[in-house]
Amino acid sequence: MNNTAQLLQNNKKRILETWMQNQLADEALRDDLISNEELRRQSEDLLSGLASATATGNTENIYAPEYESVVEILSDISITRARQGFSPRETGMYVLSLKRAISSVMEEKMADQPEQLYKELNTLHGLLDNLSMITFDTFIKGREEVILRQNDEINEISTPVIRVWEGILALPIIGTLDSARTQVVMENLLQEIVNTGSSIAILDISGVPAVDSLVAQHLIKTVSATRLMGAECIISGIRAEIAQTIVHLGIDLSNINTKATLASALQVAFSMRGVEVRKTNKGSALSLLK
Amino acid sequence: MDRIPILKMGPYLLVTIQVDLYDRLALTLENDLISMVSKTGARGVLIDISAVSIVDSFMGRILGNIASMSRIMDAETVVVGMQPAVAITLVELGLTLQGVYTALDVEKGMELLQNKIGIIENPEDEDEEVPNDDID
Repeated sequence: MNNTAQLLQNNKKRILETWMQNQLADEALRDDLISNEELRRQSEDLLSGLASATATGNTENIYAPEYESVVEILSDISITRARQGFSPRETGMYVLSLKRAISSVMEEKMADQPEQLYKELNTLHGLLDNLSMITFDTFIKGREEVILRQNDEINEISTPVIRVWEGILALPIIGTLDSARTQVVMENLLQEIVNTGSSIAILDISGVPAVDSLVAQHLIKTVSATRLMGAECIISGIRAEIAQTIVHLGIDLSNINTKATLASALQVAFSMRGVEVRKTNKGSALSLLK
Repeated sequence: MDRIPILKMGPYLLVTIQVDLYDRLALTLENDLISMVSKTGARGVLIDISAVSIVDSFMGRILGNIASMSRIMDAETVVVGMQPAVAITLVELGLTLQGVYTALDVEKGMELLQNKIGIIENPEDEDEEVPNDDID
């Protein structure tokens, strides 16, 4: 057992106190996100883990099996913090303030043997730097997971299939159509066609900022798939500039039913279903006559 | 099962594919169906593939062939009940079954066949103008 390990074992309580003080003194600490008790519990776990890991004499290789629990605790803390919305700085400071706490206790204990102190501090810094790298790694991983999940949610939410009339579905597309989204759009639309037994689908692209040949190809794919299912597809919401790009790009949409507005697409859909909408004498109420 | 049964219902032929088609079976079906069309003088063929979960390009081509052959023999072909996953696969394969009519289920397919045959006998204008003074 080397000196660092001994020091950690013997002064665990002391180090924990100093560390907690350091953390609480940091003005950037947000106690709205984590309670002091929770922070103390986490810190205690980590410190005990570290003490038992260093007790094996290994202070270099943090990928060795004895460090497993330390790495696990750190990753847990880091990922939780990423999800809670802590900044990377706050998460980094968490580990770095432990370094300060241990070195201050070390200085006190070994004030009479500076050479030894220097060696020990070096080892300590190396070890804790490695640990903080792990913290950053997992923090970023945690953030990425959050971003990916949000991305999926946006994809899911931004392609609702609306039943506008019996047998008529509308699908407003908002945002750029890429391959992944086309897949989601297609699956949702086709499933909804099966579920509702609809025979007409209106794809509204007023919310699509730009149409290039790839987007057009995806649209054509969606229309073809709808046709294979036995439903007719109308594309609506084509703005003047989009019509221009489509023609300039030489994309052939001639065998696809296209309309400028959702209203006119709806009219076509009504006439295809033999539905007629007309005014009645009772004020502005709309009545439906078959 | 060696053969897929073909049912005659009035002027229509009804085929329900309940198993996944392997190539030989598809070819046999194509043969049987065309000879049935010529024997019975059917005006419409309805193929229900709602139980088919896997399609490949070969089956897509067979369906296309059946439709073209039937058209030559004056019968319309409607494919009904395609699963969403099957439709997506066919589109990804680039097979859009040009010339094949599709419908969501057997009921709608029958309606479509009746319309198609009716239209030939008694053409009517589909693109009728709708009075649009009420929509705002």
